[in-house]
Amino acid sequence: MSRFDDAAYNFAYLDEQTKRMIRRALLKAVAIPGYQVPFASREMPMPYGWGTGGIQVTAAVIGPDDVLKVIDQGSDDTTNAVSIRKFFAKTTNVKTTEDTEKASLIQIRHRVPETPLKEGQILVYQVPIPEPLRFLEPRETETRKMHALEEYGLMHVKLYEDISRHGDIATTYAYPVMVGERYVMDPSPTPKFDNPKMNQMPALQLFGAGREKRIYAIPPYTEVKSLDFEDYPFTIQKWEEACALCGETESFLDEVILDDHGGRMFVCSDTHFCKTRREQGHTGVQSPDFDRTSQEAIEQ
Amino acid sequence: MYVAVKGGEKAIDNAHQYLAEERRGDTAIAELSLEQISEQLSHAVSRVMAEGSLFDPELAALAIKQARGDLIEAIFLIRAYRTTLPRFGYSNAIDTAQMALDRRISATFKDLPGGQILGPTFDYTHRLLDFTLAAEGLGPAPAKEAEDTLEKDMPRVLELLNNEDLIEPALPTGEMDDAPVGDLTREPLEFPAGRDLRLQNLARGDEGFILSLGYSTQRGYARNHAFVGEIRIGEVAVEFTPEELGFSIEIGDITVSECETVNQFKGSKKVPAQFTRGYGLSFGHCERKVIAMALVDRALRWKELGEDMVAPVQDEEFVLSHSDNIQATGFVEHIKLPHYVDFQSELELVRRLRANTLEEEDQMEAAE
Repeated sequence: MSRFDDAAYNFAYLDEQTKRMIRRALLKAVAIPGYQVPFASREMPMPYGWGTGGIQVTAAVIGPDDVLKVIDQGSDDTTNAVSIRKFFAKTTNVKTTEDTEKASLIQIRHRVPETPLKEGQILVYQVPIPEPLRFLEPRETETRKMHALEEYGLMHVKLYEDISRHGDIATTYAYPVMVGERYVMDPSPTPKFDNPKMNQMPALQLFGAGREKRIYAIPPYTEVKSLDFEDYPFTIQKWEEACALCGETESFLDEVILDDHGGRMFVCSDTHFCKTRREQGHTGVQSPDFDRTSQEAIEQ
Repeated sequence: MYVAVKGGEKAIDNAHQYLAEERRGDTAIAELSLEQISEQLSHAVSRVMAEGSLFDPELAALAIKQARGDLIEAIFLIRAYRTTLPRFGYSNAIDTAQMALDRRISATFKDLPGGQILGPTFDYTHRLLDFTLAAEGLGPAPAKEAEDTLEKDMPRVLELLNNEDLIEPALPTGEMDDAPVGDLTREPLEFPAGRDLRLQNLARGDEGFILSLGYSTQRGYARNHAFVGEIRIGEVAVEFTPEELGFSIEIGDITVSECETVNQFKGSKKVPAQFTRGYGLSFGHCERKVIAMALVDRALRWKELGEDMVAPVQDEEFVLSHSDNIQATGFVEHIKLPHYVDFQSELELVRRLRANTLEEEDQMEAAE
């Protein structure tokens, strides 16, 4: 065999030794919810910052019987989600799906699906900067100490300063959470809209940061509390608009600019959720067969 | 009806096909062979091998070709290939004193045992474009061969100083020559890192980043008064000791560049004055890189040598966390990925904050 033949890569690309190393880190992470476990992250055939941590976690836990879903910004069809899904389809031959309910393993970037997750499912988050204290203290040696001593005063000061400056907590995504009443954790750059979904979730949540070489986890049914103050309780984003395609009022909406005169519309960021609703007959203002009276009938 | 933003597998496939076509360029022009790249762009090959951490000129040439000459992209290809290779074990430490030299110079002594050997260098060339190279087919006249062969005994310059105790020993007293060394490709880098891991990190680090940091020390940000004690470039044998054999076998030769600097150090009342060392080593011909690396290595040793930390180049966490161009390029470039969920969150907040402020202003005006 010439060295230039397409090398036969192992199932899910990583060699078994590497997978074992990652699984050991995952077990430790599950045992200490919210604690960042260092792991010997490998170079992947995708760039750092594009989901290499999540990809390594997925590669370490995926089996031939898994059904994989990959989303980016809530959508199955964004370029990077397509690229990652294709990578696993090629290296594992597992079934892939866009259906949140049918997936056993869901790798996500920046969104948690709107459809509630179930026991037995695994959610894999791609994490760029795993350290919630990083932008308050750039040094790893310091932040590790702060976590060890449960010294989170700095984070509360930051949130307090937000309120005194803007009248509101000015963190809208990667909003820090307290996991199991012990570790302050970065939920990855998901919008704070998704934070409440992480609390007491029946599914296992795994987080991988490839470039920063950290893995952490939230076991099923763990308390995840967004940091706040008694007089400034945590709130999530709300839109005055409903989804223009399916009429949903409770989902996270993306804004789409239609023209250069301020015309815009709002649509569900979770494309599979939106599609399912449309198939059930829900319509929005942009639907061709939109009829305000029938819409109201459905809502009631 | 609006169709939700679809990246689409088809668009990606088409983009990649377009890329392949652009890579090849005009098909009326002969295609580059890997041999042409490794023979005629050998410095590019050296850099890709050094920062890709894989000594293989043929694969490096392939990576350069595939990356259309984008060396960081080529390094990335090599790294992603390297990481899948099985690890049989670690070779014995190479002995650069036994190097088959292409080049060996010292800036600290005019002449020395073994002599100064310039080798193939850009130094002292006038940087004038050589238009004769534009005309194909005109090979250069063959270089003259030296009449004398190199002396067998080519002592290391720094050991000449060491014999007089004028410079710190290469290994701190009490440390074993064959002590196990770390490997940051197998274990996550944790701080503080030992000098072994620092040197590994610098050897893989981006040439431009290391160069700028080294430069900063010369301009006064943690100045360490470096002299080039010795630069060696040439081939060394790699030996490996399989456990089941119990003796070492030679598995091949690699080209490396090595730089040892002599740096100033004030003695104390207890310790007589001694020069200190900085060290740089890389695969291939990477002279600029190893000189800069030695400057940075020396700057990072501030704590061990009882100096103050005053500049970025001394800050181990800063230097080691940002030297890797594959990590850097991935993260810097990832901001071109979709971020519309995060941006939407920010947009919602800014609109709400503005609405609150405007509302308050209105109320104030009404009150007046």
